[in-house]
Amino acid sequence: MTYPERDFDDRMSTVEFRVGDRPHITVDQDVCRSCTTQACVHACPANLFVPTAEGGILFNYEQCFECGTCYQVCNQEGAITWTYPDGGHGVVFRKG
Amino acid sequence: MTEFDVVVVGAGPAGSAAALEVARAGLSVALVERGPFPGAKNVFGGVVYGRVLDELIPRWWERMPVQRWVTRRSTMVLTPTQALTVDLRAQDWGQAPYNGATAHRSELDSWLAEQAVAAGATLITSTVVTGRSATGVRTDRPDGDIAAKVVIACDGVNSFLAKEAGLFKAREHNTLGVKETLALPRAVIDERFGLTGDEGADFEIIGCTGDIPGGGFLYTNKESVGIGVVLELDGLTAAKVRPEELIAELKAHPAIAPLVRGGELVEYSAHLIPEGGYRTMPELVTDGMLIAGDAAAMCLAAGIWLEGVNFALGAGMYAGRAAAAAIAKGDTSKAGLAAYRTMLENSFVLGDHRRLRDMPGLVLSERVQRRYPGLVCDLAQGMFEVDNAQPKPGLRKLLREARRTHGVRVRDLLRDGITAMRSLS
Repeated sequence: MTYPERDFDDRMSTVEFRVGDRPHITVDQDVCRSCTTQACVHACPANLFVPTAEGGILFNYEQCFECGTCYQVCNQEGAITWTYPDGGHGVVFRKG
Repeated sequence: MTEFDVVVVGAGPAGSAAALEVARAGLSVALVERGPFPGAKNVFGGVVYGRVLDELIPRWWERMPVQRWVTRRSTMVLTPTQALTVDLRAQDWGQAPYNGATAHRSELDSWLAEQAVAAGATLITSTVVTGRSATGVRTDRPDGDIAAKVVIACDGVNSFLAKEAGLFKAREHNTLGVKETLALPRAVIDERFGLTGDEGADFEIIGCTGDIPGGGFLYTNKESVGIGVVLELDGLTAAKVRPEELIAELKAHPAIAPLVRGGELVEYSAHLIPEGGYRTMPELVTDGMLIAGDAAAMCLAAGIWLEGVNFALGAGMYAGRAAAAAIAKGDTSKAGLAAYRTMLENSFVLGDHRRLRDMPGLVLSERVQRRYPGLVCDLAQGMFEVDNAQPKPGLRKLLREARRTHGVRVRDLLRDGITAMRSLS
């Protein structure tokens, strides 16, 4: 048997985020446009990297797990600037 | 600027154990945590082995917030249509002094930090350490610099302090763990997993991640189960499959589906795991700084053993002792702190890691991941399949057929067997 998979937004709605004002991760569109793999799009467990029609990457920091997968799979120097959210902000796991 | 003898960065198991030992040595220690409470940023594959706590907190099992005590430990090998399980049940593990327990990190890590605070450590939450300064560390708080003679970096798998010190290696065998916590009534969990009272089950799974090197896990909490997959980053990148799709596949496997059916998702989570072990560890001591826990790649992913919190606790404990001893001697240079490494080598922390240093590579190898699961499942199925009027096939014939089907050469089998035996013996 198979399970009906939940909509991804429903999945993310189970996670608490204390969203800070400062985007802790930034993506350089110019670098991403020349990237052929765009590994971040598939690998990010929170599905925060969305390819645009112009070949770039749209990124939203608000529902980030702060795991580090994106910068570790990124093969484009300087495309992803990765820091932690300011103290007390970001993801709050309860069942981790 | 605030001044302490020691500043510990990160209030996970390594950090809290370190702060506890520094405080008990009579020194002042700040335990700095970027989350709103300890454990808020942490996720694990479910089981904490607390034996090392005997040295730190007498009768810890009476107070530690656990979900269930693991009395059933299963290792599963899956193919899409087969499952072969080694299922160990040990009732001893369900009573004091216990063995492993499932837990939620929000509760476990908060409790560990409380032990450090009770011993005199100062816990500072919601504060990011942004780097070292000439006198200690800088933080993201206004006027938030903290002076300290020794910094203990327990800042996790993405350790910015290790990066800043030039000690962060591009890590082979880093994996992404993704997990779903699924709520189920307690009685349903007890019945499906064959458990009573506080007993818990822990299933570790191989052969469930398709083309991506990795594995899976399923364990029981009181009123939920944790299920997830662990995926090597290079393989995940190449496969172009989304992580949650692989959890969905695992949940749909005929051996797993009946166990998790009807579970309602209460939290989705993810974390990186430094599975490379010994061969990927950074230098653990520099002038004025020690590195412990995930920041030092101390997760042990050695096939049948999957541990991490215990290694973090052990390393943190020794780091705290080494820092206190160095301060007492008045030498916090790299040489003055070198006892940390010696203590780790004389303990399970580097003892296990060093001995099992070839296991992470073997476990994540193409053969173990993609060929052996089918081979052993076919072998077992061949042994139990009754194909009358044919007489039973001999084991040698079954092995030859299974090897051919799965493209495994005798010499590869021998080589991998020797690697495993050398590590395990």
